[in-house]
Amino acid sequence: MSLLTVDNLSKSFSVAGGMVHAVRDISFAVERGECLAVVGESGSGKTTLANMLLGILSPTSGSIRFDGTELPAKRRASHRRAIQFVQQNPLSSLNAKRSIGASVRLGLDTYQIGERAQRWAKVEDALEEVGLPREMRHRAPSALSGGQRQRVGIARALACDPELVVLDEPTSALDVLVQARVLRLLNDLRTRKKLTYIFITHDLAVVRNVADRVAVFKSGQLVELGETAQIFTAPKHPYTRSLIGAVPVVDDAELDLRNRLAKGT
Amino acid sequence: MTRALRIIASNPLSLVGLILVLMIVLAATFAPWIAPFPTHNSAVIDFAFANSAPSSRNWMGTDLVGRDIFSRILYAFRISLVLGVVVLIIATPIGTIVGLLAGYLGGWTEAVLMRIVDVFLSIPPLVLAIAVLGVLEPTLTNAMIAVTVMWWPWYARLVYSIARSEREEGYVLAAEVIGASTTHITLREILPNCLPAIITKMTLDMGFVIIIASSLSFLGLGVQPPTPDLGSMVAEGARYLPDSWWMTVFPGLAILLAVFGFNLLGDGLREVLGAEE
Repeated sequence: MSLLTVDNLSKSFSVAGGMVHAVRDISFAVERGECLAVVGESGSGKTTLANMLLGILSPTSGSIRFDGTELPAKRRASHRRAIQFVQQNPLSSLNAKRSIGASVRLGLDTYQIGERAQRWAKVEDALEEVGLPREMRHRAPSALSGGQRQRVGIARALACDPELVVLDEPTSALDVLVQARVLRLLNDLRTRKKLTYIFITHDLAVVRNVADRVAVFKSGQLVELGETAQIFTAPKHPYTRSLIGAVPVVDDAELDLRNRLAKGT
Repeated sequence: MTRALRIIASNPLSLVGLILVLMIVLAATFAPWIAPFPTHNSAVIDFAFANSAPSSRNWMGTDLVGRDIFSRILYAFRISLVLGVVVLIIATPIGTIVGLLAGYLGGWTEAVLMRIVDVFLSIPPLVLAIAVLGVLEPTLTNAMIAVTVMWWPWYARLVYSIARSEREEGYVLAAEVIGASTTHITLREILPNCLPAIITKMTLDMGFVIIIASSLSFLGLGVQPPTPDLGSMVAEGARYLPDSWWMTVFPGLAILLAVFGFNLLGDGLREVLGAEE
């Protein structure tokens, strides 16, 4: 059985002058342990989809089933715990006026995970797991770098021991080197903790590195869904083709140079 | 703390404010020991020295019945400070909670709460206070109630505007996804981000509350004689201007210094708290 099944999911908003159909009749399934990348330009409905999966928005029609049970509009704590979220902007996703430990601990307190007295230890474990020192829980977000803050964001999601993590462009606000490290961490955590990812991004280079399958969105519709290798080598939908075509390619000479630099000669 | 003091000290105006406020607080606290005539805060009569100009015996002169104006000003500071602190301690939490709920929840809650706030804000403050005191007896307690009734909406509006922009921040979304309660999100997540503005406004407002309270007692609606109050002292003395100028000028100066002090300190605090991450 798939971990997550989305059936005929739609969401429309009424705005001045009519309706906006942000997500139209989408169906797909996510298997346990896989990483599904959701790509598409801004306004294609990626974030609306994520918000419905997280229970922030309720669908206009259609259903979301998690582990066999349909998720109601008002989520139970057990489902909230199982589906966690990592945000795009590590600057605003942590409260500047609270210690990062307090931010990570919120989920533990809300879901009553573990004994009250042991929760700080669990917070420190979570920080350690994402490669941050245990003492860092006392620090304010302002004392951390962008990459460190994003690690805290990941620790906050993982502290709740989730099964599915929705990652909303988790690396797009970071610079390239930090980006690579955070991606490695995410890959590593996925195998170690048997997590399932829904990875929202517009960066196709990132997709190639992390995703098992790719879902391509265009104006609220799912236009193509396939294995990562297939999407990159034999895209079927014209929109996917134009998306792949827009990725800057490395020519042979450049590749050669890169290899020599890597070897240090 | 040391950083805060350094910033305040580096700005001469806020330093003046801090010193003025400290002096007033000390004067009010130790009035019975500092005042040359500690009994003159009540209905004492000393006709031998009635209506005398400032001298080495009475630094700021005496009033019509011979009471030392300097001593009475010290006691009047007590009333002003107590009134300011009580009003703000009651008005701030009410306004803050209304503002947090309206700003965070939005929708109907926002519409209802903020329209109530607008109604209060549309009535000129002094008129509202006079109306309240017209219904209630003019006593110190009722003056505090009147000023509180007109004061909380300003805090509601201030906190509302901050909460409304904070609710769009990622950390609020994160708490919502986790499923934290409204109480947690408003009080533990959003409120800490409003505190610098609230504290700054409270300091500035101490001065304004003192002015309003003095205006009320100037009109005879606040503290009643023989209790010394800056506003009623000015009112009493105003009838004998310009000959007995000291009866008006010194209490008036006292109001001015108090308001000036709190305002300068408030501006300094804004800088200190605003600069803090």
